Amino acid sequence: MAGSNPNAKPMDLTLKVWRQKNRETAGQLVTYPMKGISPDMSFLEMLDVLNDDLSVRGEEPIAFDHDCREGICGMCSLFINGRAHGPERGTTTCQLHMRHFNDGDTITIEPWRAAAFPVHKDLVVDRSAFDRIQQAGGYISVNTGGVPDANEIPIPKIIADKAFDAATCIGCGACVAACKNASAILFVSAKVSQMSMLPQGKTERKTRVENMVAQMDIEGFGSCTNTGACAAECPVGISLENINMMRREFISAKATSENLA
Amino acid sequence: MGRKIVMSITGLFLCSFLVVHLIGNLQLFNNDGGEAFNIYSRFMGTNPIIRTMEFVLLAGFAFHIYDALVLTRRNKAARPIGYANNHPEQNSTWSSRNMGLLGTVILVFLIIHLWNFFVPARFGGLEGVVIDDVEYENLYLRVVESFQVWWYVAIYVVAMFALAYHLIHGFQSAFQTLGLDHKKYTPFIQMFGYAFSVIVCFGFAIIPLYFFFFFR
Repeated sequence: MAGSNPNAKPMDLTLKVWRQKNRETAGQLVTYPMKGISPDMSFLEMLDVLNDDLSVRGEEPIAFDHDCREGICGMCSLFINGRAHGPERGTTTCQLHMRHFNDGDTITIEPWRAAAFPVHKDLVVDRSAFDRIQQAGGYISVNTGGVPDANEIPIPKIIADKAFDAATCIGCGACVAACKNASAILFVSAKVSQMSMLPQGKTERKTRVENMVAQMDIEGFGSCTNTGACAAECPVGISLENINMMRREFISAKATSENLA
Repeated sequence: MGRKIVMSITGLFLCSFLVVHLIGNLQLFNNDGGEAFNIYSRFMGTNPIIRTMEFVLLAGFAFHIYDALVLTRRNKAARPIGYANNHPEQNSTWSSRNMGLLGTVILVFLIIHLWNFFVPARFGGLEGVVIDDVEYENLYLRVVESFQVWWYVAIYVVAMFALAYHLIHGFQSAFQTLGLDHKKYTPFIQMFGYAFSVIVCFGFAIIPLYFFFFFR
């Protein structure tokens, strides 16, 4: 393989994987011994190898979410050895490589655990709760007319940078998975502050934060205890600052909004 | 999020009570046979402003505890099935994850503490003592006697450790919950909160230890 490390020795591993037939049935951890895993593989490639084996043996392959496999889509998940997206900081599971594990390791792989993220099958969870929070206000509905000239609307660089940092959230749900209360506040705050900082988003800032926070509660996520676990596990480094910004938005919206509902 | 705001405001209010309580208690070190402390105790029990604040304080505790219960129930329900393998110690501090446990320890302590000092002081049951021809209730004597018992002293010291850890997370967390976050001031709030927690709890813990070791 081009670019592979010739000194990397293949590893033998023991996997403990959560298997669950569907939403209704109870699941359990199933042990799979694996031999000759290359340290150059990504974690998902390692699972592909296992699934290949399972197919050949006539067993049901393990269902897991994945899409771009380059760390930008937010589709992959997996709670690996007690950590969201595995032991490395600032990385998605698809960008986690087997060289971060050792020969002989036992690796536990579980789905995100949250009432708001029910398990569909095996390691696949339903994250549509995030979509519904977005639909509650994570957009701009004002008619902005034709395309304005570049730089016609002045936005200070520091604000533009902060909004862009918040916008890097890929909605993977690691924050919920890592939080002891399964709180979605880091995700929601990234979506709220990303828009409320920019001129186009400011017109709807009050209703946005009110509706998105209300939807977050309806979906059954827990509350925030400020442990900071979410930001520590976030693969794209969304900052806790966003949560505090959303709280200011929320308090000022509740104090001044015309929306009495 | 509304309930968290109530948690933070009541939490900070209860912090302010700790300061008043500790400063008053420092009179126990006066070495005057308890005169200053007993006079102070009468004042705290009879002054109408203090008596009113007593109810505000009670409400502060009630809201803080009630909201904690509601939020904890909701948070537990948010994750009905836990992880078989979980390593939260790699992404957060122990105290931040165990505020409920620490709070419960503090509540149990509070009940013992009130039963032993507040209830007899408020509702009668203390011996009398005459200071300058005026009869006072001798709360000081109760303090001295209580802190001769080793396990009673131990309860206080353990409870103050729990309170310190509760505050180390809680103080700065309360500011975050209110959205009070600033590149310049937040590091100061965190440092102040840490120092506040350690100093206040050390100040309280030193009282039973002082009477146990130096007042026999």
